[in-house]
This record gives sequence, C-alpha cells and structure tokens, in this order.
Amino acid sequence: MFYREAGDFKTSYVDDSQTFPIRFDRMRYYAVLVLGFGILPFVMNDYWANAVFVPFLIYAIAAIGLNILTGYCGQVSLGTGGFMAVGAYACYKLMTAFPWMPMPVNVLLAGLVTAGVGVLFGLPSLRIKGFYLAVATLAAQFFLVWLFNKVPWFYNYSASGQITAPERTLLGVAVTGASTPAWAKYLFCAVFLFVLAWLARNLTRGTVGRKWMAIRDMDIAAEIIGVNPLTTKLSAFAVSSFYIGIAGALFFAVYLGAAEVGEAFGIQKSFLILFMVIIGGLGSIFGSFAGAAFLVLLPVLLKNLLVGGLGWPTDLAAHIELMIVGALIIVFLILEPHGLAQLWRVAKEKLRLWPFPH
Amino acid sequence: MPDQLLYAMEVSLNGLMAGIMYALVALGFVLIFKASGIFNYAQGVLALFAALTLVGLQQGQIPFSHVINAIFGTELHSFGWTLPAIVAIALTALVMVGLAWLIERLVLKHLVNQEPIILFMATIGLAYFLEGLGDVMWGADIKKLDVGLPQGISETIDALTFNAFGYGFFIDRLDIVAAVVAALLVASLTLFSQYTKYGRALRAVADDHQAALSVGISLRFIWVLVWSIAGFVALVAGIMWGSKSGVQFSLSLIALKALPVLMLGGFTSIPGAIVGGLIIGMGEKLFEFFAGPLIGGATENWFAYVLALLFLVFRPQGLFGERIIERV
Repeated sequence: MFYREAGDFKTSYVDDSQTFPIRFDRMRYYAVLVLGFGILPFVMNDYWANAVFVPFLIYAIAAIGLNILTGYCGQVSLGTGGFMAVGAYACYKLMTAFPWMPMPVNVLLAGLVTAGVGVLFGLPSLRIKGFYLAVATLAAQFFLVWLFNKVPWFYNYSASGQITAPERTLLGVAVTGASTPAWAKYLFCAVFLFVLAWLARNLTRGTVGRKWMAIRDMDIAAEIIGVNPLTTKLSAFAVSSFYIGIAGALFFAVYLGAAEVGEAFGIQKSFLILFMVIIGGLGSIFGSFAGAAFLVLLPVLLKNLLVGGLGWPTDLAAHIELMIVGALIIVFLILEPHGLAQLWRVAKEKLRLWPFPH
Repeated sequence: MPDQLLYAMEVSLNGLMAGIMYALVALGFVLIFKASGIFNYAQGVLALFAALTLVGLQQGQIPFSHVINAIFGTELHSFGWTLPAIVAIALTALVMVGLAWLIERLVLKHLVNQEPIILFMATIGLAYFLEGLGDVMWGADIKKLDVGLPQGISETIDALTFNAFGYGFFIDRLDIVAAVVAALLVASLTLFSQYTKYGRALRAVADDHQAALSVGISLRFIWVLVWSIAGFVALVAGIMWGSKSGVQFSLSLIALKALPVLMLGGFTSIPGAIVGGLIIGMGEKLFEFFAGPLIGGATENWFAYVLALLFLVFRPQGLFGERIIERV
C-alpha cells in the first residue's frame, strides 16, 4: 500500500537518478542510518559489539569488495585472505613507522597499498579466465601469507611473529589497542562501512560499474563495443582490493588487536568471504550486507544453541556446526542460487502489488 | 660425481614420487570435471572421509559413538573386532558408492543447469559437511592407517645407487607402491573409458550433455558412476596419504596441493594430471633445495601455484587441456 512509485513524480534528472526511487525505501534507509549511528552505539555492550556487530561491519566491507570483483566484474577470486593480510600488515607498518599519523589515514593508505598489490595479482586475469583464474588467485593467497610469515621486517622482528596494534586515539577516544570502548570500535568501523558502501553503490551504477558488468556478461562482446578489458579488469581488481585491504586493516587493528597471519588471514577466510558474497547474492551491495550478517550470526547462534543450550562438549559442537553450515550452504544454493538479495527482490515485487493480487 | 648433483638427483626423484601422490588426488578432480563440468573442491575431503571410514571399519569402531556417548551418557567405543584390510577396503568402496549416490540424489540433481560457480560453491559446502561428518562419525583424533603396505627406505634402490654413484638414494618404499598403483589406476581408467560401454557413455557426456541425453544416456546414472569412481580414486589417495602421514584433518588439505597440478596439466586431461603432478612435485622439491635456504624455506606452500600461474600466462588452458575457443 505504501510501497509503490505511484504519486512519486519526478521533475528533474537528479530526482530520476536517485538510488532509492520509492519513498518507503528512502525512509527505511534513513531509519537504518539513525538506528546504526544514533541508537546502537549507545545501547550495545561488549559481547554484542565483539561477537556480532564489529565482525559484521568488517566482513561487510570485505564482502562488498569481493562482490565488486566477482559479482560485478565476474572474476572469481580466492585470494581475499591474502589481500586482507596485505591491508593488515600495511596498516601495522604505517602505525608503527609514523605514530603521529591519524588512524583513518593509516587505514586508507593500507587500502591503497592493497589496491596496488591487487592490480599486480590481477594482471594474469587478462590471459586466464574462469576456474583457472580462481585457482591462480590462490597463488596470491599462499604467497602473501608465506611472505608475511618469513620476512621479519613485516612484523618488526617481534619474537612471536605476531603483529600487535599499538593504541591510537581519534578525537581523544582510543580506537585501537586494549582499552578501546566497544562503541568506539563499532562507530569507527561503521563510518568506514557507510562511506565505502555509498561509494560502491554509486560506482556500480555509473560508467565504471557498467563496464565491469559488460566484461562479466561477455568479455569478447564487451571488447567489441569498446570496453577496454585491460583497464576495466584492473580497475575492478584495484577497487576490490582497496575495500578488502581496508577490511583487513580494520580486522587486525580494531577487531583482533593482535594477529598471526596464517591463522587470521588463511585460506578459510577467503572461502568465508566468498560464501558471504554467494549467499548474499552476486552483484548486489545489499546482498553483501545480508551475506555477512548471515554468516556472522549463524555460528554465534549455533554455538549458543549447542554448547549453551544442549550442553554438548565444545569439540563435538564445533564439528556439528561445520556440518550444519555445510548443509545450509547447499540447501541455500538449491533453494535460491541468487542469494538473499534475490529473496529481497521477490519480496519487494510482492509488496509493490500488495494488497491486490495483480 | 659431485655431491651437490647427487643430492639434486635424489631430491628430484623424491619430488617425482611426491608428484605422483598429488596426481592421485588430481585424477579425481579431472574425472568429475570432465563428466559434469563441476569443479569438485570436496575431492580432498572425500579422500579424508574414505581414509577415516577405512580405519574406523578396520578397527571395528562404532560410528557416531561420540555423539551417542554425549547424548545418552553411555561408554560405547568399539565393536571389538578388527577386519582384515582387504574386507575393510571393499566395504569402504561400497560406502563411497553409497555416498556418490546420495550426493547425486540430494545435491546435484537439484543443481542441474546452474552456473559453474554455484556448483563450485555447493562442493565447498559439501566439503564442510563431509569434514564435519567424518569427525562426528569417527572422532577427530589422529589415526594410524595400516593396510600392510611396505614402508621405510627401499634397500634395493639404496644398494643400486650406492654401487653406481657411491651414494645411496633414500626412496620410501611406500612412494614406489604409490607410483605403481597410480600407473595401474591410469591404465585401467583409460581402458575403461576407451573400451567399455559405460566408459564411452562417460566420454559422450563429457563431450556434450544434451547430445548424450538425446541418444538415451542416463545423465543421472553417469553422474553417480563418475562420483563413485572419483570416490574410489579418493579412497586410493586416502590410503596412500594416510599410510604416509596418518589420518587427520590435514589430509583434506591435499586438495589444495592438487589444484596447481590441475592448472598445469589442464582440467580435462587424465595424462595431464599425471604429467602436471610430476612437474609440480619435482619443481617444488628442487626449488626448495636450491632456493629455499636463501629465502627462508617452506617455499613448497606457494611455489606450485606461482609456477602454474606463470605457466598459464603463456598457455591459458594448461598443458593438455582442450583448446579454449570463444565465440560471441
């Protein structure tokens, strides 16, 4: 009844190209913003921030990044974990080398460094396609993790081989380090997520995004109509790696505080983020949010249910959890291969007509 | 002969042997990819699952005993028998066939005509599921697999090379067995696909699904068949790797070792899997031998991938892969 375009007249081009053409959508969007920035930071406690919200925000950034590469440009990548590690280590080196640098600048520079590395590993995509490329990106994953393990310069010659985030403040409040309040972690990541998601949404509906999608749908045809595959693919790799690098930097500096590269950024992370993108929906920014939320919440829920609710031993619960996650992924792919975003689209179509049947 | 050269020869021989082990896993990938276009990430976990089942059956372990004990508070562990290796292997092969049937029935049937990436993700889901299932069924502790394969240094080769060069090479007898088994496996698979009715049907499906359907080949039967064969190959790989390094979670990671082998050899070629395995095995061992000490060691983790990557830049379909022809 409320969810329709009728009566929403457009009188200028600006109106016509707005992101949310339906008034109800716009209202919902503002409501989510008010909830996310105005209410949640004041009411959440440490457990919710650390177990749910902060990982969700960070994984959402990474998922948007991978979605740009895989969902919009069609290049399957399994190197996400490695690129996150680049972001984390770049952020660590910047933090320790220039202690006066404000934290947001560190994170952005870490993203830029990762973008450079991403372009380098994206070069083979001009020759290699499909699954060959997916496996080739594993080279990035393994090589980068090995590099950060073996070259002591990257972890400042620390004895344990770990990197630990020193405390940095922003506007007088700690955002990294042990004494960071939960709401500061949350807000710091939320601002990044908001800006990056807004940027991604607008990139993907502009010229750049349309070029990406043309390459995704059929690269030869795209080349014939004048899309340059070199710049298009590499720009997708650059933007995607920028996002993933920022996610990696936040994951290390804000969320973990201390990280060991093989454990925090191993191949499992690459798969996890690919799952988020697939379950959320390829080629959808909303899907990246939905997928990240689903895969962050699911293990927490299962753990609470199995260990807390039924009192099973932790190791058994972990194995059962693995089975359930695997089975759910399969069930999900069978029921809705286009992900949560597609369910959302279907629901919106239904809402548009409601309460009338046709 | 200088020592360095002799060491290098020994290292490359061992590399070849390791390559055969990689190729055993890669074979399963190739079979499934050829017949159904599915990039089966679960192949490594299939090998783990097969090895776990084999050990469990052999030692008469009660499946799901951990779960039963946790829920009902009982103390069940073992039936109290030990099966001879050959019976256990036959039973495990049956289990793998059953598993193939279940996978076709519950997963693949519903995913016909989906994009390759979706199928790939489904096999990753399958890998998670099987990994959990294997642990829940048989327990997560490291198990010793012993089906009577010879182990330890091969004295014959030691003596032979000592007489020839004055320095005995160390070759594991298990590796030699693995090489022989791999050769037999490839030979029998080739014979099967060239000369039997089902082998031909398999190749027809690999060539063109729709054409194969239209001449009356049951796609679903072929898929069960090919997953069973892949399960059997996984069992062989599981036995070899399990005897070598024990049955444990890391066994499933050999799939990651098989991927560069596949890239190098081409996703669609059985000889490619073997040749790719040999190149990767030898290449990574030699690289570790010569360059490892200079740059900090443990290069085996990534060298194979980088080698395959560089290789692909010049030949995007791998060594023996079918030529990729693209039309608009």
